[in-house]
Amino acid sequence: MSIVSWVVAVLLFLGVFFFAIGAIGILRFPDFYSRLHAAGKCDALASTLALVAIALFNVRDFDWTLFQSWDNLRVSLKILLIILFVYVATPAATHAITKAAFIVGIEPWEKRKRNR
Amino acid sequence: MRELQEEAKLRMPWQDVILQTSVRVLIPFIQLFGLYVVVHGHYSPGGGFQGGVILGAAIILMALVFGLPASKHYISENVNKTLSITGPLVYCGIGALCILFGGYFLDYSALNRILPLGPIAWRSFGIFLVEVGVGIGVMSIMLRIYRVLSSAGTIDQGL
Repeated sequence: MSIVSWVVAVLLFLGVFFFAIGAIGILRFPDFYSRLHAAGKCDALASTLALVAIALFNVRDFDWTLFQSWDNLRVSLKILLIILFVYVATPAATHAITKAAFIVGIEPWEKRKRNR
Repeated sequence: MRELQEEAKLRMPWQDVILQTSVRVLIPFIQLFGLYVVVHGHYSPGGGFQGGVILGAAIILMALVFGLPASKHYISENVNKTLSITGPLVYCGIGALCILFGGYFLDYSALNRILPLGPIAWRSFGIFLVEVGVGIGVMSIMLRIYRVLSSAGTIDQGL
């Protein structure tokens, strides 16, 4: 195995790790807002790592004399553009959902109940 | 907490700086991707219907975030009606043109008599033309469905 394969493996493993952390956070956090906190942040980072791994794997045998290699490089650049899209879209979507929940009137969780 | 909630309720739902800025950044790229899906439809997954849905979704996103009047300023209802007629007309027109030039319905190789590119090139190009028609039609119909559903039939002030 070459160095690129190891880098790809490590990046993919980290991506899956952060996806798993996000899933655990969605299941274990106490209320709506903190669950969305886990979902939004972990998805952005994990999909970034996974997409970088895929883009690297796509150009692992880069040879500048072959046309096929430049084709693969183009596909990798398109995959990297998805990362930019995810970075803009995920926080905006999380913000919209959180604001909708806030307007509807979901109370944030507190460890100790307030005296009312 | 309560005061903040009341203040957020008072504002209209689309007056949100974060959403407006991000959607303003995203919409051109979504439309570009929609055109890419339409044009690249016969080499890769995609095609007229899928690209048209993406193009329509870009304008539905604009209508969600900036309000229905803003999207009507962008594509007015009359333009939308015209586009929704133009799409099927392009599709059927290409098909009928093939009949006029002596082939079957949607038999693009008959169009070789207009411009001699060769029957194989015409089959590829004919599929492209038909998919452009399908894309235009699907885009305007998606937008129309959203507008009618979100404003209960009166297309003036939606969600």
